[in-house]
Amino acid sequence: MSKMNSKKLRAILGEYGIIAVLILLVIVFACLSDRFLLLNNIFNILRQVSIVGIISVGMTFVMLTGGIDLSCGSVVGASVVGAALLMTEAAMHPVLACLIMLVFGTVLGLINAFFITQFKVPPFIATLGMMTSVRGIAYIITGGLPVFGFNRSFTVLGQGYVLNVIPIPVIVMFVVFAFGIVFLGKTRIGRHIYGVGGNEEAARLSGVNVKKIKYIVYGIAGLMSSLAGVVLLARVNSGQPNAGEGYEMDVITGVVLGGVSMSGGQGKLGMVIVGTLIMGILTNGMTMLTVNEYVQQFIKGLVLIGAVALDNAIKESRAKQSIDKA
Amino acid sequence: MQDNILEVRHLSKYYAGVKALDDVSIAFRRGEVHALAGENGAGKSTLIKAITGAIVPTAGTIVLEGQEYAKLNPIDAIDKGIAAIYQEFTLIPHLTVAENIYFGKEVAKGGFVDKKAMNASARALMDDMGITLDPAAYVCDLGIAYQQIVEIAKAVAANSKILIMDEPTAPLTNKETEMLFQIIEKLRARNVTIIYISHRMDEIFKVCDRVSVMRDGKYIRTDNTADITVHDLIANMVGRELGEDYPQRTKPLGEVVLEVEGLKSEKVHDISFQLHKGEILGFGGLVGAGRTEVMQAIFGADRVKEGTITVKGKRETVKSPAKALELGIGLIPEDRKNQGVLLGLSVRQNVTFSSLKQAMVGCFVRNKKDIAIATEYIEKLRIKTPSVNQQVKNLSGGNQQKVVLAKALATKCDIIIFDEPTRGIDVGAKQEIYSLMRHLVDEEGKSIIMVSSEMPELIGMSDRILVMRHGGIVGEIQKEDYSQELILEYASGLK
Repeated sequence: MSKMNSKKLRAILGEYGIIAVLILLVIVFACLSDRFLLLNNIFNILRQVSIVGIISVGMTFVMLTGGIDLSCGSVVGASVVGAALLMTEAAMHPVLACLIMLVFGTVLGLINAFFITQFKVPPFIATLGMMTSVRGIAYIITGGLPVFGFNRSFTVLGQGYVLNVIPIPVIVMFVVFAFGIVFLGKTRIGRHIYGVGGNEEAARLSGVNVKKIKYIVYGIAGLMSSLAGVVLLARVNSGQPNAGEGYEMDVITGVVLGGVSMSGGQGKLGMVIVGTLIMGILTNGMTMLTVNEYVQQFIKGLVLIGAVALDNAIKESRAKQSIDKA
Repeated sequence: MQDNILEVRHLSKYYAGVKALDDVSIAFRRGEVHALAGENGAGKSTLIKAITGAIVPTAGTIVLEGQEYAKLNPIDAIDKGIAAIYQEFTLIPHLTVAENIYFGKEVAKGGFVDKKAMNASARALMDDMGITLDPAAYVCDLGIAYQQIVEIAKAVAANSKILIMDEPTAPLTNKETEMLFQIIEKLRARNVTIIYISHRMDEIFKVCDRVSVMRDGKYIRTDNTADITVHDLIANMVGRELGEDYPQRTKPLGEVVLEVEGLKSEKVHDISFQLHKGEILGFGGLVGAGRTEVMQAIFGADRVKEGTITVKGKRETVKSPAKALELGIGLIPEDRKNQGVLLGLSVRQNVTFSSLKQAMVGCFVRNKKDIAIATEYIEKLRIKTPSVNQQVKNLSGGNQQKVVLAKALATKCDIIIFDEPTRGIDVGAKQEIYSLMRHLVDEEGKSIIMVSSEMPELIGMSDRILVMRHGGIVGEIQKEDYSQELILEYASGLK
């Protein structure tokens, strides 16, 4: 009986071990700081992770096919300054400016896919190049200077609340996650995305247009990054050309913590929220406890390696068990 | 007294219930080229694995230079001068020829690799073997033939006394094969013993001194190639009884459902044939004859250069596997792991992978329907899995193959191409696959093209057999004329 239970527990840990880590973190920080569990702080954490969370949806799509998108941070930056310039210099309506930037981000993603599928450039290289060039664009069009002066109707997107407590960026993040979860879990293309990452050749021989799938995932990744960009602009109220720098690493960290395999084909977007939240809670909790920022960075790195190592160990022991059974 | 460099005595290897090697005794003389002949599954590879130390024999001994061993391990085998050249090479692509030849035994001078000295000695070695090849060239830039030569040079540099070649000419062109034979002559002159495995009769007679035949894990006999005819050798090889029980056809054939005319792709040419409703059409031939390539072209996975494909009376261009599936053509690929199953996905996700539309309402997959379809095929094909959500990598080979089959069948295709349907699966699962194939054609009116290298399977299952050689169809054999000899003669170009 107890054997049964320990087996079950291990199975649950294997599937949802990362949730256990999340709960553990919450308990630890709740004990150490009485302000941590206040509703206000919880929404604060969610708002802090919203930008990275939005991008991580696109990154999950890409990583499920076995690829990676390093250009997301730069696309955020270009979208921030692009939207800022359209609204100020061109005096464009905020909605139109945002739509243009969303199209812009999507096109950048499609360009990534173009080089990856047509010229067989490895995704790491193609998106690394894109990351550098697009950051260049952000500096070129601004001359390296920040852009200010938007009207109030726009900044609501980043600074407003629904029902006076829920920040709008958080809502955007949840809508995007909901879209991603349904798309990956319930549509044909979603199933094909897993198939391409799991075994590209088998997927091709099963009738999947592999190139099309890649265009879709990189396109969505670009779209998500530019969406994150306009939300970020609305929140900080200034168009910095260096906005989003280094986001790719935060995003990848969250996605990997969420159990998405770097080689593709495995992982659940629902768990990516958890992975992203873990990083957010770590930052928030440690800041509250006035942990030095440098120390924070050190700890976050260790958490990433430790969590993935633990996850692998659990998976391996489970695989062994299923072999023993057979 | 013969000078036997290597001898196996009463060697046996049993796998769960299967005698892969059954009391085999063969002696190899110093400096001879000794062919091992036999069909797939005759036990040649198992014997080689025992000699190279890749497996531990169940019983018997290996006698090497007079020294008796119950087993060898791979490092011992290499140390004692045994080298094997497999079809997959073990070279490191981004190193030079010389660096590969001396890999692990680099010539060093003062702690640094002395490239000059290494290149010079590699060149001397190759000159000696009559090879013209730049030692400083990178292996990845070489063609397959030269890569193979580098493998051989590597073995010679390691002072190997016994060189095992497993189907060395399979990937080579005629000219390259000639070059290989010249190198074999040089090696013979150096008193290197060569164990030569090939399905190609002409080669055995051309380069080998003696030939030993194996069948069903047993040693049959050894002859001097000078004293035996091709026909006798083939007769020795195929004396095998048809072990499995092949279900017989119960319904007559119907109309033509697939017609291929003058099909040409990069690897095959002039492929024309018809497939009837309810027929199992067998494709025989040696490995590399182009059978898989024909199937890939029909299925839209390879580019077709010329020729027409007519499906159910309509001329069609099959540009992609998706199009083939739409036309009702399904493929069970030969390489299950790399082309067939999606190992990390669940049984359910695999089964409905190509046919997800059926489980959808509007844009969304209905889980209930999805599971219902998967369950239907799990039951129909008797796939043994604890649940629909089990990852396919945890299933046995036979059950994985059934999952691939289910994936194709779920698309409701009428023409199913089986490329090596029973490769690497156990006897029980094989029998089930045979019954399934028979059921599909007899009861469900489907048509099957079956590529198989297993002679008994090809003869037992097919209504008609086409034999391929060098990318073309060289013979069509009707059921009343079936014999393993005839197929082999077509396949090796004797007819």
